Amino acid sequence: MSRRPWTFALALLVAVLVLNLFFTPGFFAMEVRDGRLFGSLIDILNRAAPAALLALGMALVIATGGVDLSVGAVMAISGAVAAGLVVQPDGFVLQALGPQSVGAANVIAVVAGVLCGLFNGLLVGFFRIQPIVATLLLMVAGRGLAQLLTNGQIITVPSDAFATIAIGATLGLPNPVWLTAAMALFFGGLTRLTALGLFIEASGDNPTAARYVGIDGRALRLAVYGLSGLCAGFAGVIAASNIKAADANNAGLYLELDAILAVAVGGTAMTGGRFSLFGALIGAVLMQTVTTSILTRGIGTEITLVLKAFVVVAVCLLQAPAFHEMLKRRRAPA
Amino acid sequence: MKALWTKERLPIIATVVVCLLLYIAAGLAFPGFFSLRVGVNFLDDNAFLGVIAVGLTFVIITGGIDLSVGSVAGASSILTAVLIHRSGMHPVLAMFGGIGFGLVLGLLQGLLIARFKLAPFLVTLGGLFFARGVALAISRESVQIEHPLVSTLASEGLKFSKGVTLTWNGIVFVLFVVLGVFLARQTRFGRTVYAIGGNPTSVGTMGLPVTATLVKVYAFSGFCAGLGGVIFATYTASGNALSGTGLELDAIAAVVIGGTLLSGGYGSVIGTLFGVITLGIITTAITFQGTLSSWWSKIVIGGLLLLFVLIQKGIEKTGR
Repeated sequence: MSRRPWTFALALLVAVLVLNLFFTPGFFAMEVRDGRLFGSLIDILNRAAPAALLALGMALVIATGGVDLSVGAVMAISGAVAAGLVVQPDGFVLQALGPQSVGAANVIAVVAGVLCGLFNGLLVGFFRIQPIVATLLLMVAGRGLAQLLTNGQIITVPSDAFATIAIGATLGLPNPVWLTAAMALFFGGLTRLTALGLFIEASGDNPTAARYVGIDGRALRLAVYGLSGLCAGFAGVIAASNIKAADANNAGLYLELDAILAVAVGGTAMTGGRFSLFGALIGAVLMQTVTTSILTRGIGTEITLVLKAFVVVAVCLLQAPAFHEMLKRRRAPA
Repeated sequence: MKALWTKERLPIIATVVVCLLLYIAAGLAFPGFFSLRVGVNFLDDNAFLGVIAVGLTFVIITGGIDLSVGSVAGASSILTAVLIHRSGMHPVLAMFGGIGFGLVLGLLQGLLIARFKLAPFLVTLGGLFFARGVALAISRESVQIEHPLVSTLASEGLKFSKGVTLTWNGIVFVLFVVLGVFLARQTRFGRTVYAIGGNPTSVGTMGLPVTATLVKVYAFSGFCAGLGGVIFATYTASGNALSGTGLELDAIAAVVIGGTLLSGGYGSVIGTLFGVITLGIITTAITFQGTLSSWWSKIVIGGLLLLFVLIQKGIEKTGR
């Protein structure tokens, strides 16, 4: 058995946590108030939830040899649908659907996310458009669509029920953590208990060979991008619920990059094939732990951007055969 | 052979046709759209996008992508503004600072991509983060530029008639299109760029300098992005760390609408010029219309991009 793909991410996460143990007083403190847990660690899990959700879908997409750049924009669309259906502001495009309860609005919003994902899957799978370009379309037009839905306004939702999904807690843990855990179990079951995971790895590793053994790459991609859209739909609902508003410009901005980063750090091969859902989750938690650590140390957030850049390049280099060759030559001079 | 050529020429023909149709439609719908002034403004208002798109054209012809251009332009604009405003540096030196930042970052990205064969998409994604972080670290607030030279660059230039001036920004854009056409068509570098996009493996076997050319291509793209940021700073007489957010998408759209194949190996700088002007016509027409909100331009550009990508797919299927 070779090294597990997520070892690197887990080691980094432990290292960051140990650093905090020594340098950030009260980092591991936890208390129970009103029947729920409070503390930095819980806060990290809670804040990592949207990126972790996106990372689950992204891991499958990347495993098929693709990428989904549109998830941030899809979050904006689903948030706009959820908030708009509850509030029904002037100029809201989906007014024909009529005012909806919070639950129904959220379901329709997630469905909107799935539809966006299926659109991507159609372009990639059936029209054979490069994934970067196909999902770039929705990344450009998606925010425009979200603004079209909200008529360019930020829709605020003065409803506590709407905030429950992001701010409420069940059995002591915040709801987004439960939602992410449930989605992770669903994805894990889907890929490891059925043949889907095998098909994804086969098709991502060698599409031609996969086709010869009878795997329908087109339907597979349609499904995988649809699942990514499902994750983005949920993440969008959480983001909107968290601020009790739909902000088409800023909802999920740059979150697609965080998700890709989490997947890469988590040991999924960026060239397709092998993937690790657990690694993607660890990656997302790691990114949030680093961000929270930097914030609690009072260092500016722009440093996190620079840090992320170095992590991307470092992870790529570690996966690159050319880099390993160079190291070997350095170690053993002729 | 002849028939294949016309097939491959179809994207650029489609671009010119769409560009002209849009121009005529907008001209018929809005009085004053056909004026020389509006025409000149297409070049002026889109100069920063145009220069960036010229650099990106070479990257895409090699089959790569550069996602960092928007952030690099933002970092370059704020760096230039801060150097002039806070450090009291002469604008020309400050501009070299902004362009230099883009060039160095592009060079580093090129080295990582060419030397270690890393995915261009991921490396330049890192560049996107890095440049935006640097930009925010330089200054979170918008910085005004007050210098006579800067206002001259943004308001004076080639006078065509009363009130119609192609500013220095627009002139730089035109010069870069000419430079790009020259590089692509008349130099060994240009031929290698096309060859890499066509078939990277056989190009290496033929002994062409693949690594060096790829590094140069990304360095040139970074240079253009830095220059684009400088042009944006003079155009708005200010620098802002968040300017250029999402600009990479507009630039990619301009290149693709201009007929450059995203799979690499085929494309032209002239096509990119038409792509930039097409985007300019769309945004200007939406401004002329008055009641349509600005987000419509995003949706229309997205739709147009889809159309062109599908056309390209059709050509690839029937052409080969």
